[in-house]
Amino acid sequence: MKTAATEVKNRSRRSLSKADRFTLSAFVGIPTFLQIILLWVPAVVTIILSFTYWNGVRLSDIKWAGLSNYRNIFFDNPIFYEALKNNALWLLWFIVIATPLGILLAYQIDRQIKGHKIYESIYYLPVVLSLAVIGIIWNFMLQPGGFVQGLMGRDIGNAISIWGNDSINTYVILGVASWRHIGYIMLLYLSGLKSVDPALREAAAMDGATEWQIFRKIILPTMQPVNIIIIVITLIESLRAFDLVYIIYGSPTIFPLLNLLVFQNFAGQGISMKGAAYAVILLLLCIVPIITYLRVVFKEDLK
Amino acid sequence: MSSGIVQDAAYKNKQKRKDFFISLFIGIFAIVWIFPILWTVWTSLRPYSEIIRNGIFSWPERLTLDNYVNAIQEMNIGQYLLNSLIVTIPSVILTLFFGSLIAFVVTRYNFKFNLWLLLVFTAGNMLPIVLTYIPVFWLFLWIGDLFGNRNLIYNNYAGLILVHVGFQVGFATFVLSSYMKTIPKEISESAKVDGANVFRHYWNVILPLLRPALAALSVLMTTWIYNEFFWALVLMSDDSKRPITSALRRLQGQYVTDFNLLAAGAIIAAAPTVILFLVMRKQFVSGLTLGSTKG
Repeated sequence: MKTAATEVKNRSRRSLSKADRFTLSAFVGIPTFLQIILLWVPAVVTIILSFTYWNGVRLSDIKWAGLSNYRNIFFDNPIFYEALKNNALWLLWFIVIATPLGILLAYQIDRQIKGHKIYESIYYLPVVLSLAVIGIIWNFMLQPGGFVQGLMGRDIGNAISIWGNDSINTYVILGVASWRHIGYIMLLYLSGLKSVDPALREAAAMDGATEWQIFRKIILPTMQPVNIIIIVITLIESLRAFDLVYIIYGSPTIFPLLNLLVFQNFAGQGISMKGAAYAVILLLLCIVPIITYLRVVFKEDLK
Repeated sequence: MSSGIVQDAAYKNKQKRKDFFISLFIGIFAIVWIFPILWTVWTSLRPYSEIIRNGIFSWPERLTLDNYVNAIQEMNIGQYLLNSLIVTIPSVILTLFFGSLIAFVVTRYNFKFNLWLLLVFTAGNMLPIVLTYIPVFWLFLWIGDLFGNRNLIYNNYAGLILVHVGFQVGFATFVLSSYMKTIPKEISESAKVDGANVFRHYWNVILPLLRPALAALSVLMTTWIYNEFFWALVLMSDDSKRPITSALRRLQGQYVTDFNLLAAGAIIAAAPTVILFLVMRKQFVSGLTLGSTKG
């Protein structure tokens, strides 16, 4: 087996002419160069910058700072813990509520109930909208003079501030985020469910298995790879979350999130390498899900 | 035997009833789901003055497209939409081209670095984007200075296209390589035997077979790249060159009171991806499947 493989390998390598080798190098080289220059080198540079002081203006101003950016974040920066808490809350909400709802929806729509195609499209529609548009749409719904306030009998004169109210805005934001997430998870799961033999399900149902038993004993085990991918996607989305909050508030003061803190330190008036340190912390949190994902999708190749 | 049939009928009946209720429930929920979008469309069709006079729940005296006309004239939405196209179309084409090149090499030749290449590209797609903002920003300024023109790629469509390609090519590579694995090796072998060089092997033999995957990916990529707006905020200093999604954020601040006008702007901005999704629904779904649920 092994010798056959090496033989094939040798044959194909021997058969490559000079021109072919040049073409192949270009095929690999150009995209890889772009990928390394635009992604991996900047990532490494940011990691290095996280150990420096720099205001982002002149390269000659960069000064070594050791761990002080991190020390500052961990010990003098209550907003960091608030962001961490919000990210954790986001994750918890997505894992416990939004993702299971998406799966449930997929599971029910997969039974080919009446109108399932239309439902599929409707639930997925928010996912194709830009967050800039989503921000505007939900502003219409919730702002003073908007639909929800109108339903509560409040016109512009006696409106309440939903976005500014600390006790409810968290849930409003998570709700709007779920509006997008549920559809995404639904479609992913639905496409996975297509590979489950419907006869299996029917047979179990006729034997008197409850829906829950069917889901637990038949669907979940057959969908194992999809399950892991969906969990990873949920994890990464929760860690990366911020665009929606940025669109709504423009600053991290009301609802801090890790990514928002990076963006504030990078794109605002006062550029600070504390942003780089935040980005590195975010990367560290993302590493486990990324590796898990790679292991699942490259299971066969890695063997 | 007969009891089996009775049982079967009872089961089918029960199932039918259950399906009806579930369908009803999901249907009601679907109306709630789509309502915010419909409400925005509705709002965009009504004059602002009328809302002020009669309130948001008033029955419309007239429905007009004035807000759309104004959005195009006052907000310059047409230009922003054009910017979006100038950035999105080349980005998608280049992403698919580069992705297919890597996928081609990785699946058709047995090089030692194949797996590493695939890992580098796929992992790159999952990095937090914020990790790259500052260095990329500086890199673009630096390259511009090198050629004596700061705006060579910074504050230029070319720069945005480059970063989109850099970030999306990983996903394209991953999807196309898993698709290409299903194309039999024999096809490549016979191409080689026939004396086709590497380029012809790629261009005339493999690329045509990739068409379904390319179609699916292009729909997905178009949506993602069109909807992205952070890079444009970082890399485009001229507002007039920004894509529509980024511009919308500024317009939201500027037209905060006239939300009927803003609604029209938002609907115009949303239209391309929504239409694309509704027309190419099948490709959309299969694109997601190819990428994320390869089992």
